[in-house]
Parts: sequence; structure tokens; C-alpha cells
Amino acid sequence: MAIKFQKSDKPIKIEGAHDMPPMPAALGSMLFNKTGSWRNVRPVIDYDKCIKCFICWKFCPEPAIKIVDEKPVIDYDYCKGCLMCVEECPKDAINEELEGK
Amino acid sequence: MIEIRMHGRGGQGAVKASFVLAEAAFQGGKYVQAFPRFGVERRGAPVEAFTRIDDKPVQIRSQIYYPDGVIVLDPTLTEVVDVTKGLKKGGWILINSNKNPEEYDFGDEYNVYIVDATDIAVQNKLGSRSAPIVNTAIVGAFAKITGLVEIDAVYKGIENSIPRFQEENKKAAKQAYDSIKSE
Amino acid sequence: MKKTMMGNYAASWGAQLSRVQVIAAYPITPQTLIVEKLSDIVADGELKAKFIKVESEHSAMAACIGASSTGARAYTATSAQGLALMHEMLHWAGLARLPIVMANVNRAMAPGWSIWADQNDSLSQRDTGWMSIFSSSAQDILDSTIISYKVSEKVLLPTLISFDAFFLSHTVEVVDMPEQELVDKFLPPYKPEYKMDVNDPRSFGALTDEQYYYEFRYKMQEAMDQAIDVIKETCREYEEITGRHYDLIHAYRCEDADMIMVTSGTIAETTNVTVDTLREEGHKVGNLQIRYIRPYPKKDILAAIGGAKKLAVIDRNISPGYSGIFSQELKSALYNEIDIPVRSYIAGLGGRDVKIEDIKDIAYNALEHDEPNDLIWKGVKK
Repeated sequence: MAIKFQKSDKPIKIEGAHDMPPMPAALGSMLFNKTGSWRNVRPVIDYDKCIKCFICWKFCPEPAIKIVDEKPVIDYDYCKGCLMCVEECPKDAINEELEGK
Repeated sequence: MIEIRMHGRGGQGAVKASFVLAEAAFQGGKYVQAFPRFGVERRGAPVEAFTRIDDKPVQIRSQIYYPDGVIVLDPTLTEVVDVTKGLKKGGWILINSNKNPEEYDFGDEYNVYIVDATDIAVQNKLGSRSAPIVNTAIVGAFAKITGLVEIDAVYKGIENSIPRFQEENKKAAKQAYDSIKSE
Repeated sequence: MKKTMMGNYAASWGAQLSRVQVIAAYPITPQTLIVEKLSDIVADGELKAKFIKVESEHSAMAACIGASSTGARAYTATSAQGLALMHEMLHWAGLARLPIVMANVNRAMAPGWSIWADQNDSLSQRDTGWMSIFSSSAQDILDSTIISYKVSEKVLLPTLISFDAFFLSHTVEVVDMPEQELVDKFLPPYKPEYKMDVNDPRSFGALTDEQYYYEFRYKMQEAMDQAIDVIKETCREYEEITGRHYDLIHAYRCEDADMIMVTSGTIAETTNVTVDTLREEGHKVGNLQIRYIRPYPKKDILAAIGGAKKLAVIDRNISPGYSGIFSQELKSALYNEIDIPVRSYIAGLGGRDVKIEDIKDIAYNALEHDEPNDLIWKGVKK
């Protein structure tokens, strides 16, 4: 039997074809595969400069920028540090910080 | 099985005529098949369409080469097309024309019938004077000649396949039916 | 209720009776009437569906894929170059396991430009993971459309229903239309277990490395294998409510035949009539019509051949450089199973008419010669 198409609270272990869905559809692996660990440069929003235009939210390819309390907020669990938000911000309100410093 | 070939000109309704004929035969309890010669139709160019009528479902899926009968929707076509090509011996030819049957010479092997479908169509205001729609008159004449379908089946066929002017079309079919003198 | 209708409209009404929810299509001769009629039906409010006008066949299939992914019942129709343009999306629909049903009016590939019957268009899509039917009457087209949704939604594979240009698409004949109520009972609404849902977001068709891709292919093959039984079961159910019998093959007078003709599409029906006349002449021949080329009904074919001593295949298609495609498939099915000669004939490419006389000639040729062959061109002007 293929694994039921429902979210699980722990990573789903796939042994072989019998427990795969018929088509390549995610079984919720992104809940556990936190791509934020790939990041070596961290974008940080300076809310004093931020005008809440949400261009960063729109451009984030992941999408790891969420809107919380009418402000853009970066989800560092998934942000890979591509810095597209830094490039696109019209007010230069997003700063780059090296990880591990 | 009866196989019929229609000769007309592009835009004259030969294909529709083959469909109306099939619909009338179907209403008369027959199995039918009707289709155009599979070409690229051009207005005014000679076109052909075919109808098969049988008591059981028709399975032959090729064009008709040896018809039992031929219908000519436009009298001028007899001069440019060999309308008797492949026609079986003893077969019939029904021509929309205002001439006498004696004026057509197809030899002794065929029975020639004439119906002035153009005049009947004009009388019933079907189409325009320059482009009368002769389908239904032709089908009425066909019913009389072959005895394959009753005139009532032709009426039902008209009701099912002609969206407008149904009464006029029925009248045209009846007039054509009555105009054919039984031998 | 019995009605007269063109083959193309039998496809449209088959889709309407199946209550398709999304139709995305681009017009191409000789398919145009199918979607023209459906757009009328939708515009008149006779079918609650979304008709999506697209700029190409590639987009038509892409739209069907999107719709089907969300759980909608999707339909499209095309022909020849249009089907070829869809090719990439056909693989996608297959591997995404989407139960889309599509009509393809078999038309010769250009150049030279042709609008006439030829099976090379749909046979070129044989390996895209679609179940593939060749219909041989307007009734067959309508019934196959309804049956295919039920089969496709069970095994999660799309279905391609092909039928010959003009010989079927533009031919009026008698079709028995089942009542909507009856079809509704037979074909319940599509309720997929796996679908795109904004309230339960997840990714579809994402990167799949060698750890899993191989298994997805395995599962597709498994579904094709299962489909053979599902098709039979579904056809039986359909027969119960309509009285009309369908199967993956149709064997006509094969039981006691010494020689069996193997055919498909409209040529199959003309061959049935030819078999009757050959029998009257004293030749013990039969006709084996192949309706499904995928899944390939190998067991059924071998059983139908039974004790026949010779086979004669007629292909309205060719794989240039080898032979007719139905002939290749048949020979691979026979290998190691039944050792009898197969004689292979090409006929009717580009819409050339295949008459009873032509099929008789082929039968006489096959009756006279015992040696197998790969390819004889029937009626080619050399």
C-alpha cells in the first residue's frame, strides 16, 4: 500500500515502490528538510528603513519571506541566503551578515 | 444495402443532402451512413457525397464506387462530371432539372428521373432565387423513386436535421414526391 | 436514444455525458467540430464546465494537466501536428498519473500537407504512458469516452482515443446515446486521493533523483498491467447497463479460422464485411481487431489466434526503416509463444481509401504465400 497522502509529524521513510504515491508528489518532506542550513550569508531586514513595499516577499524564490503583522519576516529555517531580497530592496533596507560570526 | 452518390457543387448543400437523406431513412427504421468525399471543398467546384442505407449497422468504411443510385443536384454537372461512373446496371439517376428525361441520354441501362427541385425550392422560398436550397425536395423525390422510406419518415428527418423553415421544407419534399410519376 | 451523428460529435457528446469539468483545446482539421460543439454546449449552459481557449496544443495539454492535478475531470481533442506539439506534455500527464481523456482524429503527418486518415500521429505517442484506443465506429467513440474516464480514474493513467479522419470524424451514422442518469450511475464524480489543494499545499513533479525515479516507472508499468483487468471489468459493467460489448480486442469469426487478418481502426470494420464474403467463397478466415495498443492485450491476442495457421496484418501506419507498427507489436507478442508465419501489409496511408477489394487482394496474397515477410506495400504506385 502506498503511503496515505497526509502530513506526518516525523519524516516518512520510503522503502520502495510499494509505499510511494503513484506520482512524484511531496509527502511533506520539506517539514523536516530545513534548507536554512545551506545558508552562509544571512539577509537581515532593517525595519527602520523598511517601507513595507513587500517587493522582497514577492521576489523570494523559496518563498521564505512571510508577512507577519503587516511586516515582511524572513523564515531562517528555509532561507538559503541567495540574497535576491537584498538585490531587489528599493530602500537598501536588507543587510548581509556572514553566518557563524 | 443501398448505396447512393450525390453530385453537387461546393456550397450547394450536397453533403447536407446526404445527411438529410440518411436521417429520413433512419426515421424509417433503417441503419445509415452518410459522408462527403473527403476533399477540400471549394465553392462552385464539383463535390460528391455518399449515403448507405441498410437493415443492419453499416460496417463498410470506404467511399462508394458502385452506387445503386445517383442524385445530381445541379443539371449543369452532367456535362462536366461522369455522373454514371460505376453506377450499377439497372440503377437510377435522379436529376434536378426542368428538362424532360428524354433529353438525357445515359444509355438503356439506367432509369432516369427528373425533379424540378429548383423551382419547388423557389416556390417555397427556400434559399434565394440565385442559390435555392434543393435538399429536401430531392429527398422527397428519392422517397418516391425508391420506396425505401415513407414520406412521413422524410418529414421526421426534416424535423430532426433542418433547424429552420421546417414546414416549407416539408411542403417542398411533398411537392417533389408527388411530382414523380410512378411507372 | 438512437440518433444520427458524426463521429466527431459522438466524441463531444461522450465528453458531455461524462460531465467533464475542464475543456482546453486548440482547433485543427479534422478535429475542429469536436471542440466547436463542446464550446456550444458549455456556452448554452448544458454542461457545467470551464472551456479554456489556448494558443497551442502544448498549452491545451498543459491546461488539462493543471486542471486534472486539482481533481477536475479534464478533456481535450486534437489531431496530427497538434498531437505532436503536445508530445512533451503527454509524458508529463502520464508520469503525473493524471486521468485525462483525449480524442485524437488520426490524420497524416505533414509534409506534404494532408488532412486525411493515417495512424502515425497517435502511434508516435505510444511510449508516453497513455492508454491508447483505436475506435472503429461513432458508437465506439462515444462509449469509449465514458468508459475511459472510469478506467483512467481507477488506474491513474490518461487515455488517448484515436479514430480515422473523415472515415469516422465526418461520417454520419446511427448512435445510441445513453441517458445521462445511466451514465451518472456508471461514472461517479472524480474524487482523487492525490490532488493539488491550496488548503493542503505540497509540491508536485519536483526533482526526483535516481533513488525514486526508477520506482515511479515501475509503478506506471504496474498500473498498465492492472489496467487490463480494470478495462475488462469496466467494459462488463458498461455492457450491463447498455447492452453494448467492448473489450481490448474484438475477434470476428476467429474461432475456426485458418488465417486471421489483424486490423485496427475503420479498416477493421471493412475487414469484418470482407471476412463474410471470403467465407462465402470457402476461405476460413477471421478478423482480429486490436482496440487497445496500450496496455497491449498480449494474452487475449494469443488466445484469439488459437490454432490459426497464418496471420496477415494491415497497418495504416509505418515506422520508416522497419515496418508497420501493429505488425511489430504482434510479432513480439508471438515470439516464444506461437510459431506461425506473419505477413505484413501497409495500406491506406494519407487517407488512401481501403476498399473491400483491397482487403480481399491482401487476403488472397496471404492465403497463397506461406513464407513470413516484414512489409508489402498494398497498391503503391511504383
